[in-house]
Parts: sequence; structure tokens; C-alpha cells
Amino acid sequence: MKSFKLDWLILPLIGIALVVLAWQVSSKTWAKELPTPKKTWDASKDYVMKPFEKRGEMDQGILRFTWYSLILVAKGYALALLVGTPVGFFLGLSKAFTKTFDPIIQVLRPVSPLAWLPLGLVLFLGAGKQASELGALFTIAICSMWPTVLNTAVGVRAVPQDYLNVAKVLKLSRWKTLTKVLIPATLPYMFTGFRLSLGIAWLVIVAAEMLTGRPGVGGFLWQEYNALVYEHIILCIITIGVVGFVLDRLMSLVESRFKTA
Amino acid sequence: MPYLELKSVSKGYGVNGSRSEVLRDINFTVEKGEFVAIVGYSGAGKTTLISLIAGLLRPDTGTATLNDLEITAPGPDRGIVFQNYSLLPWLTVFENILLAVDQVFPNYSPEKKRQHAEQFIAMVNLTPAREKRPSELSGGMKQRVSVARALAMDPQILLLDEPLSALDALTRATLQDEISRIWSESRKTVVLITNDVDEGIYLADRIIPLSAGPGATLGPSFTVDIPRPRDRKELNHEPRFKRLRREVMEWLIASNKKKAVTLTKNLVLPDIMPEDLSVPRQLGGRTKPIRRSEIKAEVVEMN
Repeated sequence: MKSFKLDWLILPLIGIALVVLAWQVSSKTWAKELPTPKKTWDASKDYVMKPFEKRGEMDQGILRFTWYSLILVAKGYALALLVGTPVGFFLGLSKAFTKTFDPIIQVLRPVSPLAWLPLGLVLFLGAGKQASELGALFTIAICSMWPTVLNTAVGVRAVPQDYLNVAKVLKLSRWKTLTKVLIPATLPYMFTGFRLSLGIAWLVIVAAEMLTGRPGVGGFLWQEYNALVYEHIILCIITIGVVGFVLDRLMSLVESRFKTA
Repeated sequence: MPYLELKSVSKGYGVNGSRSEVLRDINFTVEKGEFVAIVGYSGAGKTTLISLIAGLLRPDTGTATLNDLEITAPGPDRGIVFQNYSLLPWLTVFENILLAVDQVFPNYSPEKKRQHAEQFIAMVNLTPAREKRPSELSGGMKQRVSVARALAMDPQILLLDEPLSALDALTRATLQDEISRIWSESRKTVVLITNDVDEGIYLADRIIPLSAGPGATLGPSFTVDIPRPRDRKELNHEPRFKRLRREVMEWLIASNKKKAVTLTKNLVLPDIMPEDLSVPRQLGGRTKPIRRSEIKAEVVEMN
């Protein structure tokens, strides 16, 4: 199709309209329990229009819930980067380290967040009230760590021999080789890993909140499912999607900033 | 006493079974302040040779010594200009050079380091581009930065590994003039590796051809007895230049010819010899005819 004025705005709007139409038709025909777009909006209006209001523990504005979730994600994500980046560097630099830990990484990597969470809760059983938060953090960190680990390792292995020769000729110390050559040369790969990790961290938070019942978007979703307020499930899904999209965009902005030729 | 000396050096890659020897029996010496060019085919092992001098590789046999000390590891006393520039793309021109200065002269004050770096940027006429990153520079400019970085380390010997072969002919000529000028100012010992005989003759005091690989070795050293400063235009009419170029080229081509591949082919021919009818037949005992099957193989020369 030929491009025209404002096509970047109009075409996505058409796409959204089509999906809403399909939703409307579905709720009228084969999925009677599915609230219509109109009903969803009416039920969600309060949460969207007063996004920061707090009426009760599990009855708060949608952005307030989002904020709780984001805080938790930030903590778990930070933990993932702090652990994952050095592990990635070791994997990239040392063949022995790779041989030792690569199999276990490959086995742990595909494990679902839902499987990690109970283990997290068990690990921090002694923490009492903090147990659910620490368990959630553990789950987010361990699930979102892998893209960072693997991309950093690939990046370190892909550092051109030329740069390493420069470091050798200049007799750079190990530390200087790391900070002046290896890290800058690996940054583009690291940030790709960081972006993928953030995507996973945001996926995990919803699962973690659903299971622990913590206030947040995921917790709200699960509570409203149990309370049979199906409109709010859709509200939560849309919120989760939009937030995830925004996070990904922000990260890719940061990522492109670090692209070196 | 030669300054740089390589004694019966050889180097190969791969393990026993599939091992291929790249360089064999390399002997050469360079005096202090001399400009020596090594010319050879691409893929002959020129870069391996310079990596040996730089210490990035260790020879399998033989020794390489600089100033009577064996070369065991790379170091800033041997400044290298790589064919592909090897600039760090996340640093500006100034920062690339400063990194080298920082490393080689740690005792300088920050102000002196800055001045030192700027001096070498000026030497290669890049002062206007000092804040640019390598991706914003042309090939010729990148190579100048690389030369400036090597010189800023104040090396005892400068190793140029095909520094100009990635550049277009005109930029190449300009940079040759610049290398010539810088050399006459600094009088460093230089080893230039190139695939261009003219470039070698134009720049060097001596030119040594490297035979075609595998198992490349150095040929005789040709002294370039053309007085400096050399003029590019007049050089083309200079009989000594023409003679040198012819001699070096002939040596290089001859070294490649010797390498003609031989392979052994099995010949399948009818196992009979034509009978010579003019020989009178002997009744009773015939002479045994020659059987082709006694000849198993023969060597054919291929190109």
C-alpha cells in the first residue's frame, strides 16, 4: 500500500478499531461472559480517570497499581543486571567457566516463572512478612537474568581481535583492558540483553503478583477474576501491555544511544 | 651490531596433522634508523611476520631480538600501525591517542599528556578532527590517527603492516609522502610491510621480497640507492628505480613459479607394446616385450 499523510496514525487506529470490533462481536455471540468494550469502559472509568486514588488495599487507581509493580520490577531487574552482567563477562572470557556453568544455565533458562516462585517463597520463609516480596524479587531476578548473561557473553566473545591487539601493544593492565576496551566494545550487546531482560521482568511480575496476592497490576487482575469483575481483567491486560510497550521503547532508545560503529 | 634481528625464524598454524607452515627460515636484520620495506604477495604471511616482530605471536623456531633482547611479548617500544587501523570506535581521535600516551608516559602531568597527544595530532595534520570519532573519518584520516598513535608512544621501532593498502591510489600517494616526511623528521627505525613494490622503493632504504607462501621465506635484500628527498614524478624516469623495480618483481615472480604444484596421476594404458616388425623374428625364443604395467605412475607438472 502506498503511504499517505498521517498514515503512521491512521493505520494503527484502524487496526485498533478492527480488534475492538472483533471483541464486540465475540462478546455478543459466542463468548457471552466476555464484557463488551462499552461495559469494560464503564466499569474501569473510575480506575482510569482517577489513576492514583487509593480506596483500599486492593481497590486503587490503575496507575497506582502499576507503580507498585514497577517498583518491584525495578528492584528485581537491578538485581538481575548486577548478577547477570558479571556472570556474562566471566562466560565470555573464560572457556573453563563456560564449560563449568553453561550446561546448568541452559537447563535453568527455560524454567517458567511460575515454577520458580514457590521455591522463592520457600527460600525466604523465615523472613515472615517480607517473604512474598523477597520471593517475588528472587523470581524476577532469576528469570530475567538470562538474556543479559547470554548477550554479554556473546558480546565479550565478539570483541574484535584488533581491539585486543591494541590493548596488548599498549600493555594495558587487566583492569584497564576491561574498562577501556572490553566493556565499551560489549556495551551494544549488553544493552540488547538488558532490553530483553526488562521485557521478561515485566512478564514475571504479573505472575509473581498473581500468586503472592501483592497489590499491583497482576494482583489486582487475579483478585478481580476471583471477584467475578471480568471488566477489570481486560483493563489490567491493556495496562500491562501498554506499560510493557513503553518500557521496551524506552530501553531501545537507551540501546541505540550506545550503538558504536 | 644489528638493531632488530630475526634468526632462522619459522612459524606455522594448526596442529601436527593439518599443520601448514606459513614462514620458514626467515633471516633478516635492520640497523638503527633504517627504513626497510618487505614486499610480498597477499596471503604470503606478511602479517604473521610483523606479528612476530611485534610479539603478538611467538616463533616456532628461531629467535627475534630487538636491541639484543628477545622479543617475547608485545610492548609499546614497538609501535604498530595495523592495516585495518584498529582505532577504538567509542573514543575520539584525541582520546585514542591519549589512551596510548597515558599508558606509555604515566608520569607526565595531565597537561603534558594533553600537549604530547596534540603534538602528534598536529604532526599528521588532524587538529581540526581531534574531537571526531573514527566512524566520522575517511580511511586515510583513520590511518593517520593510527600512525599518530603509534608515534606518540615514542617507540624504538615503528612497524607498518600494509598501512595504505585499504586506501585509494591518490590518498595512498599523499600518505606515502606524509610517511616519508615524518620519517625524515623522526628518523625512527621502520619496518614497512607492503604489497606494492613502488611504495617500498619510494619509501625505504632497503627492500626485501617475501616469496609466495606457503612456507614463505625472504629473498635477497635490495638496497635502494636513490638519494632523498625522492621526487615522485622524477622517480618514474629514474633508471635506478626502474632497474630495482624490475629486479624485485622478477624475483617475486620467479619465487612464485618455483611453487608450481606437482601432482601424481595414475595412467591407465593398454598393456601392450607395438611390435617392431623390422627386427627379424627369432625362432624358438622371442625377446620378452616391455609391459606397460611395470610403469605405475608418472609425475606431471601443472600450473
